[in-house]
Amino acid sequence: MTALVQGETVKPQQQQQSAPAAQAGRKTHRRRTTAIWAGRAILAVAVVGGWQWFTDQGWVDKFFFGQPSEIWNSLVKLFTEGTAFGTIWENLWVTMQEACLGFLLGTFVGVVLGLLLGSNKYLSAVVGPYIKIVNSIPRIVLGSIFIVAFGLGVFPKVLLAAVLVFFVVFFNAFQGVREVDQNLVANVRVLGASPVQVAVHVTIPSAMTWIIASLHTAFGFAIIGALVAEVLGAQQGIGLIISQAQGTFDPNTVFACMVIIAVITLAAEYLISLLEHTLLKWRPPNRSEAQAI
Amino acid sequence: MGVTHRIRPPADAGNDAGIEIAGLTKRYLTPKGETFTAIREVALSVEPGQFCSIVGPTGCGKSTTLAQVSGLERPSEGSVRVAGHLVEGITDGVSYMFQADALFPWKSVLNNVMMGPVLLGTPKREATLLARDWIRRVGLAGFEDRYPHQLSGGMRKRVAMAAALINNPRILLMDEPFGALDVQTKAIMQNELLKLWEELRPSVLFITHDLDEAVALSDRVVIMTSSPGTVKDVFDIDLPRPRGNVQEIRHEERFLELQGQIWESLKDEVTRAYAKTAGAAA
Repeated sequence: MTALVQGETVKPQQQQQSAPAAQAGRKTHRRRTTAIWAGRAILAVAVVGGWQWFTDQGWVDKFFFGQPSEIWNSLVKLFTEGTAFGTIWENLWVTMQEACLGFLLGTFVGVVLGLLLGSNKYLSAVVGPYIKIVNSIPRIVLGSIFIVAFGLGVFPKVLLAAVLVFFVVFFNAFQGVREVDQNLVANVRVLGASPVQVAVHVTIPSAMTWIIASLHTAFGFAIIGALVAEVLGAQQGIGLIISQAQGTFDPNTVFACMVIIAVITLAAEYLISLLEHTLLKWRPPNRSEAQAI
Repeated sequence: MGVTHRIRPPADAGNDAGIEIAGLTKRYLTPKGETFTAIREVALSVEPGQFCSIVGPTGCGKSTTLAQVSGLERPSEGSVRVAGHLVEGITDGVSYMFQADALFPWKSVLNNVMMGPVLLGTPKREATLLARDWIRRVGLAGFEDRYPHQLSGGMRKRVAMAAALINNPRILLMDEPFGALDVQTKAIMQNELLKLWEELRPSVLFITHDLDEAVALSDRVVIMTSSPGTVKDVFDIDLPRPRGNVQEIRHEERFLELQGQIWESLKDEVTRAYAKTAGAAA
C-alpha cells in the first residue's frame, strides 16, 4: 500500500509572525481589555452609586425602593442572624434543591421526549399542535394547583420548576433532531447502522448543540419556578423569605435575596458553560471572537 | 500492511458486484398530496468493477437513482439487482459520497474514518489501525486528531474518501462528490480517486454535471433525459487504462471526439430542462 498523495504533501503548519507585529498586536489587545474593564467598573459605580445617592437625597423614596447600603446590611444580617425560618443556608439549600431537582427532571423528560418526537414524523404531526397550545398557556399558574394538590413541601416546587424547564429543553431538542444533516443519516445507514446506532452517532450528538444552548435559559427558569412556588406557599426557602419581607415592607431583604440568587445563577451558568465547552469542543470558534487589528 | 479488510480482501475480483437496473420508476408524494414522478423506466447496467457516470440536466433524478441502488429508498416500480440479488433494504457493501461532505463535525478525522468498520462491529484497536492506514493513504497523516472544521475543503474530501473506501465497498455511489471544489483541487482529487479505484476496483456509479470529469474517469457514461428522468443514451468510453493524469487526457483526440458526441446527446436535454425552469420562473 502506497501513500497516494501526488505532488503536494500536506503538513500541519504553525503560524509564523514577525516579532514586532506580534508585540504590537499584544499591546493593542491589552489596551482593549483595559478599556473594557474600566468601562464596566464605571458603569457599575454609576448605577449603584447613583441609586445610593438618589435615595440619600430623598429624590427616590428608600422605603419603597431600598438602598444599596441597606441591602448590604440586610445581607449581613441574613448571613449572621439568619431568618425566622432558620439560617439562610438552610433556606438556600431548600431552594437550590428544588431548583436543581426540577432542572434535572425537566431536562431529562424534555430531552427524551424531544428526541423521540423529533425523530418520529407521525408522532410529531399528531402531538405538535397540542404542544403549541400547552406552550401558550401561562404555566406559572400551575404552581397554585401543584401546591393545593401536593402541599407545602418540596415536591410541588420541583414540579413547577420542571414544567418551566421542560418546555425550553423540549423545543430545542425537538428542533435539534429535525436539523440533523440527512446526508449524515443516509451515510451511516448505508454503512449498516441500526436505528440505535443512528441515534447514538448522529441524532444525539447533532441535537446536543441545541440542547446545551437551551440549558442556559433553562436553569434560570428552574430558579424562577422554585422561587415562585415558594412565594405561593412554603415552609422554608428563599421565596418564603421574599414573601415575608414583602409583608413587612422590607424591600432591602427582597433585594438581598435577589443578590444571593443572582450569585448562585451566575455560578450555575459558569458550570453549564464548562459543560458546553467540553461537550462541544469540536465546534469551530466563533468568528466574531477574532478581531481585525 | 498487516491490516485485513473484514468485508472483502483487496482486489478480489470474484466478489465484485455488478448493478442491474430494470424498469426503475420512482414516484414521490408532494406535501400537497400530488404525485411527482422523479424517474421513469430507468434501465442501465454496470459491469462488476466498472466506473459508470450518470450525466443529465439538473433535477432529472440522478440522485433518486442512486438512492434506489443503495436501498435507502424503495422503487415504486421496477427492480435493482446488485450481484444478482434483488435490492430490498440497505444493500451490503455500499458506500456513499456526497457533494456536501457528510463528515461528523463532532468527531475527529480518525473517528470519522473509523465509523465504517466500527458500525460493522470491528474491534476498536483493529479499526483504529485500519483508519490510520487509510488516513495515510489519502495523505493526511498527522491530521488524525483534527476536527473537520479545521481542514480545508480538499482535505475534508480526502477524509470523506477514506471513510467511504475503508470498508472496501463493492459498490461506491458518488453524488457529485467534487462539485463544490475549486478546479485545481478537483483535478487532484480525481486523480486520487482513480488510483484508489484501480487498487480496489469497486463498481462505481458517479453523478456529475461535468462532462470532462465523466469522460476522463469513466468506462461508461449514461445520459439521462430531463424530468422525469430516464436513460437517453449510453456511451462506452474506450480510453485505455490506467488513464494517468486527468488534466492531460483532456487534450487527447479520442477524448475530444467522445466528449463531442456526448455533448450532442446531452445538449437537447439541458436546453429542455432550462426552458422548463425558465418557464416556471416567468
